[in-house]
Amino acid sequence: MSGSVSTDDLVAWIRAFHEAVQQQKDELTRLDSEIGDADHGSNMARGLDAVVAKLDPVPASPADLFKTVGMTLVSTVGGASGPLYGTFFLRMGPALAAGGQIDADALGAALRAGVDGVVARGKAELGDKTMIDALSPAVDAWDTAAHEGPATAARAAAEAAARGRDATEPLVARKGRASYLGERSAGHLDPGATSATLLLQALSDTLAAAE
Amino acid sequence: MKKFVNDPADVLAEALRGIRAAHPNVRVDAENRVILRAEPTRAGKVALVSGGGSGHEPLHGGFVGLGMLDAAAAGEVFTSPTPDQVLAATQAVDSGAGVLHIVKNYTGDVLNFEMAAELAEASGVQVESVVVADDVAVTDSTWTAGRRGTGTTVILEKVVGALAEEGADLASVADLARRVSSAGRSMGVALTSCTVPAAGRPTFELPDDEMEVGVGIHGEPGRSRVKLASAREIAKLMVDPIVHDFGEPVGPAIVLLSGLGGTPLIEQYLLYGEVAPLLAAAGVDIQRVLIGDYITSLDMAGASLTVVKADEEMLRLWDAPVVTPGLRWGA
Repeated sequence: MSGSVSTDDLVAWIRAFHEAVQQQKDELTRLDSEIGDADHGSNMARGLDAVVAKLDPVPASPADLFKTVGMTLVSTVGGASGPLYGTFFLRMGPALAAGGQIDADALGAALRAGVDGVVARGKAELGDKTMIDALSPAVDAWDTAAHEGPATAARAAAEAAARGRDATEPLVARKGRASYLGERSAGHLDPGATSATLLLQALSDTLAAAE
Repeated sequence: MKKFVNDPADVLAEALRGIRAAHPNVRVDAENRVILRAEPTRAGKVALVSGGGSGHEPLHGGFVGLGMLDAAAAGEVFTSPTPDQVLAATQAVDSGAGVLHIVKNYTGDVLNFEMAAELAEASGVQVESVVVADDVAVTDSTWTAGRRGTGTTVILEKVVGALAEEGADLASVADLARRVSSAGRSMGVALTSCTVPAAGRPTFELPDDEMEVGVGIHGEPGRSRVKLASAREIAKLMVDPIVHDFGEPVGPAIVLLSGLGGTPLIEQYLLYGEVAPLLAAAGVDIQRVLIGDYITSLDMAGASLTVVKADEEMLRLWDAPVVTPGLRWGA
């Protein structure tokens, strides 16, 4: 297999994430109406529509790509998701700025920089019933599997994200709008962890197809 | 659900068009979705910028004008505005004397205003921020995103807007804003859910014989769901947690009873008739009262009660002239 990831692969990832969010838009909004304010699907879809409109022509480098994606999400999504997803991509860019080949270790380091950015901006911890519950185990799983190449690492990360997402169901939310429900937030999947899982699944699907 | 819409995706843009058509004292930056005073900020005057998700009208755009806000950034329905919207509002109204950001405590609002403040500071605008977190329904705030910002925001924008109009500097304006914020407590009750235009159906199901106690202003369910009660009993459910939370004799206060969008004024007055004696009995010396739809949650039936413990200065500033689409007196 090819051990490196191209700019085209990363563009394909963003497009796949856009498609997944479009397909799951109503489900994301439904989850958000259980414990939030019923707009996660429509907000993410609106932001990613704007992102995809800026992917043609293809950005010159991964750093340019992620800067464009991050800035566009920050300025179009709104809510908490805009700054958080935006920060994720804005932090990934510089981590890849060196310009060399992107192998599994490099992409893993960029993903971790993105997740660290989300933690710093949102101040959520593992178990708070947020997107961190999917993202944090995903980057750990990536690192563990990185020696087997990016496609395998991405699959491991996507599976870990899905487990993290599922584990949010019984949790009582401690961050974000769901936290206002107190105990009543338990028994529902977290919408942010659900969209974050789509992000990792899109990466896994894209890198599997690129092999 | 029947609504006055053309396309649900255009609700905000088209509502802004209506505001522009109705109110010559404000202007609308349609691109950035910002409502501003028609006149530029007077030299040396500290500017007040607020904003938040739409669906709470008249908050915030309806409070732009003499004696209150200088600009308001309007997010999508129930979605905070983005940093570039807030930045555009901030840069447009800064006279050089600095800008106060008035932020309701929701994760999205705080994050977006924080990013906007960083960008504004980097562009040379001095920014102070106050975060309103007055909703006593959120009890375990150490472990959550904290209390929500609700009705105290209206009173803060009025009182602090009056001080800025008098020419006070940014530090004094921000100081008063923090004092008003920490002096306010709110509690809301919902009799129905509400319908976000883009979702097209009520955010949650609420049977005819039940109500939600401790709701915010985004159609989110409250802290508990109980059997529908009489207005007298509901008044107690609203007053008790507020009085209890103050934990000390309140004394002179400004009181806001706001409908949440789907409750007629006659019911709001009926409810206030129950609330007022309970507040008085609990030691709240009601000095000023505002009743009506001032901070709403789309078409939700329900009401929120806000009590702000007020000193002489706050009462004087409350009485000062105000000319906005949503609040107007003394001018």
